[in-house]
Amino acid sequence: MRIYLQPNGFLINKFFKMRRDIFQAIADPTRRGIIALIALQAMTPNAIAENFNTTRQAISKHLRILSECDLVKQEQQGREIYYSLEIEKMKEIDQWLEQYRKIWEIRFNQLDKLLSTIKKQKK
Amino acid sequence: MKTDLFFDFTVDKQAKTVFITREFDAPLSLVWDVFTKAEYLDQWVAPSPYTAKTKYMNFEVGGKRFYAMIGPDGKEGWALQTYTSITPKTNFKLFNVFADKDENPQPHGSDWDYHFNESNGITKVSISIYNESFERMEMLLEGFKLGFTASLKNLENLLASLLH
Repeated sequence: MRIYLQPNGFLINKFFKMRRDIFQAIADPTRRGIIALIALQAMTPNAIAENFNTTRQAISKHLRILSECDLVKQEQQGREIYYSLEIEKMKEIDQWLEQYRKIWEIRFNQLDKLLSTIKKQKK
Repeated sequence: MKTDLFFDFTVDKQAKTVFITREFDAPLSLVWDVFTKAEYLDQWVAPSPYTAKTKYMNFEVGGKRFYAMIGPDGKEGWALQTYTSITPKTNFKLFNVFADKDENPQPHGSDWDYHFNESNGITKVSISIYNESFERMEMLLEGFKLGFTASLKNLENLLASLLH
């Protein structure tokens, strides 16, 4: 995973450099539905729209947002455009959250040690 | 000593909230102290090799804690916390925002809610962190360059050697 540093020293991963907030993108239930669908197979916008109780235009807008986050890729086959999922991108999100989990693990292990030291001192 | 201390970490992306629960092998009064006193917080909140330094801390409703996480390279990342609610040895809430060294805050922050309860000498702490904007989710990493200067595995090894 590529990592960038902001001027103030804070770290951001490359997907935060995207034009869109990736977490916002996956927070929407329809977009999560689309992700689940195209994770199985590449689909055209029409085929995707058939699975939702919404307009073709609305689906196109969701697909555009997902594309802007690099969560989906498009492939032209004849006259149709097929959308499929960028699996690696989804993995990155989980890896990043895993890093945050790790920080808390380390932190709490340090706290265990501190608690045990204080308890010994009190005895 | 109890070794199988419960730890749970879940992220609700839709609710923009992170939930963390952990048990500690210590009485409630002691666990409360290590979460609410600067001299203790500075000893554990920064994942080694980072260190924490509290400039000031006024643990009361409306009071603030201004502190820095200092990297191995000496670089400081400052944050300002404001305590919004305190129920001694039960619960406290704060609003956390990253800042510069002169206490100028960044526009977005996160709401932290801590719950404490003790059972059979084991104290359970539940923390929820709500982010106003997941555009600021990157801030959850709190400036720690894990995986940047060293892989996580290296850090784990380093930590293990420090602990034993």
